Amino acid sequence: MAKVLVVTSGKGGVGKTTSTAALGAALAQNGKKVVVVDFDIGLRNLDLVMGAERRVVFDLINVVQGVAKLSQALIRDKRLETLWLLPASQTRDKEALTEEGVGRVISELRETFDWIICDSPAGIERGAMLAMRYADEAIIVTNPEVSSVRDSDRIIGMLDAKTVKAESGERVNKHVLITRYDPARAARGEMISIDDMLEILATPLLGIIPESQDVLRASNVGSPVTLNSPASAPARAYSEAARRLLGETVDMMVPSGRKGLIKLLLGRRAA
Amino acid sequence: MDAEPTRQLVRLRGRSYVAFVFSPVVPVIEWLADIDATLARSPGFFVGKPVVLDLSSLDLSTSAIAHLIVSLERKNIRVLGIEGADASLLTPTMPPLLSGGRVCAIREAEPEKPEVKALTSLLLDQPVRSGQSIVFPEGDVTVLGSVGSGAEIVAGGSIHIYGTLRGRAMAGVNGNAGARIYCQRIEAELLAIDGYYQTAEQLDAALRDRPAQAWLEGNIMRITPLN
Repeated sequence: MAKVLVVTSGKGGVGKTTSTAALGAALAQNGKKVVVVDFDIGLRNLDLVMGAERRVVFDLINVVQGVAKLSQALIRDKRLETLWLLPASQTRDKEALTEEGVGRVISELRETFDWIICDSPAGIERGAMLAMRYADEAIIVTNPEVSSVRDSDRIIGMLDAKTVKAESGERVNKHVLITRYDPARAARGEMISIDDMLEILATPLLGIIPESQDVLRASNVGSPVTLNSPASAPARAYSEAARRLLGETVDMMVPSGRKGLIKLLLGRRAA
Repeated sequence: MDAEPTRQLVRLRGRSYVAFVFSPVVPVIEWLADIDATLARSPGFFVGKPVVLDLSSLDLSTSAIAHLIVSLERKNIRVLGIEGADASLLTPTMPPLLSGGRVCAIREAEPEKPEVKALTSLLLDQPVRSGQSIVFPEGDVTVLGSVGSGAEIVAGGSIHIYGTLRGRAMAGVNGNAGARIYCQRIEAELLAIDGYYQTAEQLDAALRDRPAQAWLEGNIMRITPLN
């Protein structure tokens, strides 16, 4: 049965788009038919992270408004057969989205895909509301800092109130994904601890993605990190998160500091 | 008030009963509508209860009085007696004229009684998230979970939080100075009872992260650990 998953956070810059691409690719690697939908109308990025920016012809707004057919707007990934992208419009704004239109597109996508991953824009306005509107599951991307945690708490409240599921008395299945986790800073006590975050958010943890240059590098070459450098720590963490989404039980590893030359050098200087 | 039987034959014995006194005011149509509203809130409220009609603030004719009695009967309110009207205006088929009634303090505001509802409570079995506002002026609010930073609970009665209070809690908002705030862990942004408030800055650092309760002592808010 198709599942609609929204990747949201409230706060901007925490890694929603990166996580959407990485998880989408990881689910597709597991043989699932996946579409990633960019809801960030006017500030689209998912096409860049997926490396499909030069193949966009039609977009979500065109489909919502009935200008184009869904099949015309969907872009198939060049690396993975079962991964597709529905891009956002860069020239329009979020007001162009209607609830009925989005609902129609989502139900059409449900017929063909196993996973429909909606990349939410930041904020709590119309764009973010519509991205979560039809969700069955939600990933709340959170950085280990107080502002991000509070915004996530706000978004979780909205997931429990403003979604179709919530309004019909059901629950959206929620997961917290902690990104940009810096083991070195955590060791120095400079970040809010994972235990504190989970206590505040009172929501199960899907995974902890370590801060890494690999993520940035992958984004810059237009490839989800799970495809670009699958052996890297963040890629492994995303793959494990994807397996947890599929219902597997995978032990949770809190990323620890790298024990290498840099650590030794820095360690000596700090001491 | 005293019910003075006027046509007793034998065995005269006095007994006093408490009766509802209806004091219709002009316009009578609107007053009857108010009665309807009261009945709508609690049907059968007057059933089986003695009702006395006090007409002292009205100047009604015999037919008007008869009409009023019939109107009340249609609402299933049977008038036991009439007070404050001239005896010449009453016909023999009407309820008898009463006098010598005393105000009985407890039942004075009887028709208002349905509004004095039993204190109710609101139970929330999920955490209250940042940005959510729970307003419950009718009574107590209990939260099974935490109240997030940027969330607020407003209660007419007390607030009980089985979790961490990180947001705002405002108890006793309808002037209930006896309301209290309880939480398993206090990191509150603001506490208020009956309009008196304290912000996080004023909170004693020794209390932080502990179970605590807040209450009013005069116009001073006391916050003490619960254990």
